Amino acid sequence: MTDTATTPAPTPSTVRTPLVEMRNINVAFGGVHAVRDVTIDLFPGEVVGLVGGNGAGKSTLTKVLSGAQRADSGQILINGEAKTISNPRDAKDYGIECIYQTLALADNLDAPANLFLGRELTTRLGNLDDDQMEDATRKVMGRLNPNFKRFTTPVQSLSGGQRQAVAIARAVYFNAKILIMDEPTAALGPAETAQVRNLVRQLKSEGIGIFLISHDIHDVYDLADRVSVMYHGQIGDTVRKEAVSTDDILGMIILGKKPGDVTEKELEQLELRG
Amino acid sequence: MTNVAGTTDGAGTVPGTGGRPSIAELIRATEIDLRLFGMVLALVVIWIGLGMQNSKILEPVNFLTFSVQAATTAVLATGMVLVIVSRNIDLSVGSVVGLIGMGYAVFMADIVPTTIGLNNPIGWIIALSLGIAFGALIGAFQGFLIAYAEIPSFVVTLGGLLGFRGLIWQFSGGTTVAPNLPTFNLLGGGPEGSLGGVWAWVLGAILSVAAVLLLLNARRTKRKYGFPLRPMWAEVVIGAVSVGAIFAGVFVANSYHWPPGLATQYAVAHGITEPPGGLQIEAGIPIPLLIVIGVTIAMTFLSTRRRFGRDIFAYGGNPVAADLAGINTRWIVMRTFILMGILCAISAAIASARLNGGTLDLGQGYELYVIAAAVIGGTSFAGGIGTIPGAILGALVMQSLQYGLGFLGFNSPQVNMVAAVVLVAVVGLDAWNRRRAR
Repeated sequence: MTDTATTPAPTPSTVRTPLVEMRNINVAFGGVHAVRDVTIDLFPGEVVGLVGGNGAGKSTLTKVLSGAQRADSGQILINGEAKTISNPRDAKDYGIECIYQTLALADNLDAPANLFLGRELTTRLGNLDDDQMEDATRKVMGRLNPNFKRFTTPVQSLSGGQRQAVAIARAVYFNAKILIMDEPTAALGPAETAQVRNLVRQLKSEGIGIFLISHDIHDVYDLADRVSVMYHGQIGDTVRKEAVSTDDILGMIILGKKPGDVTEKELEQLELRG
Repeated sequence: MTNVAGTTDGAGTVPGTGGRPSIAELIRATEIDLRLFGMVLALVVIWIGLGMQNSKILEPVNFLTFSVQAATTAVLATGMVLVIVSRNIDLSVGSVVGLIGMGYAVFMADIVPTTIGLNNPIGWIIALSLGIAFGALIGAFQGFLIAYAEIPSFVVTLGGLLGFRGLIWQFSGGTTVAPNLPTFNLLGGGPEGSLGGVWAWVLGAILSVAAVLLLLNARRTKRKYGFPLRPMWAEVVIGAVSVGAIFAGVFVANSYHWPPGLATQYAVAHGITEPPGGLQIEAGIPIPLLIVIGVTIAMTFLSTRRRFGRDIFAYGGNPVAADLAGINTRWIVMRTFILMGILCAISAAIASARLNGGTLDLGQGYELYVIAAAVIGGTSFAGGIGTIPGAILGALVMQSLQYGLGFLGFNSPQVNMVAAVVLVAVVGLDAWNRRRAR
């Protein structure tokens, strides 16, 4: 836990304030303590990988940040200032965008309608400006996925990669400062996965802070600057990527222990299982 | 009805073959909703069939009576679409129409004479405004229970169906209440409650110009952004058909003249000498039909051009996504019910104006016809899918069967059986069609 505070972000200087600090966050569902006293931070231009087994609390933690879930206690600081995020709209106002694992698309609507869902462009009279929205969608998609051509069909009939592109476009278009990506490549083929990875690097270079949640350790290892491992609702450890191997991370996910604390015997068991 | 499926299928699945374009491809080039196109065809087929059985049904007076009868359910169907699109249902519309209808009657028969006076020219406006406010209040009450108290809409409105009908009895003392103000009764149509020949043409001209301007404007903005355009011939065909349909409607409405007795009264009252053969006064478009046209335009605008409509469809398509997008989904759902209540008040005005008062069974059974109209019009219970014009066409199909078969001498249980078969068959065909399209 203390590592979070002492480990400096790799590129920026240590005196910079983090984009986001979540302090002592607790979330319980009935008797289940899904997130337990978690503290985590994120700097501009940094990718923090959030890994852990099923039910470790990764999604719940990020939902607190994106406004989809209220925390029972804890504090959220954006650029060093304490903020209240009680719904998705608040989060968006602070420049926090989230790409959900489920993509959260309205399948019956077309790509422009989904991209501008809840933030539609309107004319002076307050009418929907569908043409302008389609135009903007064509532009942003041209950047993300040049092969995307179906702007007026419901997204239901699009491929997994195209749907993912719509969900990503939605987060990118509105100039996110903080991006949460929940399993962004889970449903994608190799080419599309490579595209998403390139996009992550590009956004990072633009100074956007990214929380990357993934089951795919290689994904995380490739892209992240730091990796936080969640285990039973707590952050087991946050480590600089350079300091660990993928096997170390795997061990932390499964055993909830820091690399140094894992015994030889436990490692053997891991290898037998894996 | 098989025509519906035939048309939609052919066009939906036949790929471009090159060479001479098929009819399906030509239709597709116009970007017309094939489902709506099929329903218009089905309506034409129904009326041709009815006309073959008894050509008298094709006289203008029958079209006018039919359209006035369809008005009450058509108005409600536009709201029911949005309710069903947002994954809810409203079973209470019939009872709410009855309650508001009784409210109009009680207000005009018992309250107006002693307060604002029977000759007050704006009496009908006050009555209508109160009715609309009352409808909005009922809708807000039910909508609140559904959206905020999270009681399923089926249950809340089932309660409304029973409770409001009971309230009508309490409210009226168990009797019919009459009469309405004569000016209010014009909302129900009839020779005097119609636009008149000249104004009907004027309205036709305005609607035509508006239709053409809409087409031109859409084309202009599409060109501005460099989006694909419809072929020019398709634009011309759509424009010509729209204008033609508008003027054909006006022509039919104007072909009906006032009954001789009424025309004579009018002539005497206005000091006109009746020409030989009697004074011929063109009735024009009945006011209920005007209301339907107005409601259709307003509701189509609301559901496709306003954020409110977009949010309803987003919520219906994926409630969780709508929530995560920051849409206030509870308020959206509550507002659909408020809107439904307002439409109930409009429908109740037409219905009670036709009856010149409030009856205990006013609106009874409407909910089923209205839901059927919405569903025949392509609204899906899975949520997120449905159109206002579709619901209007659905209401016309239901009413055509009712009116036409009644005209041919079938009794109402028989008509109900036919309507039932059509309802299930249409929805079945639709489901089959969507499965194939996948």
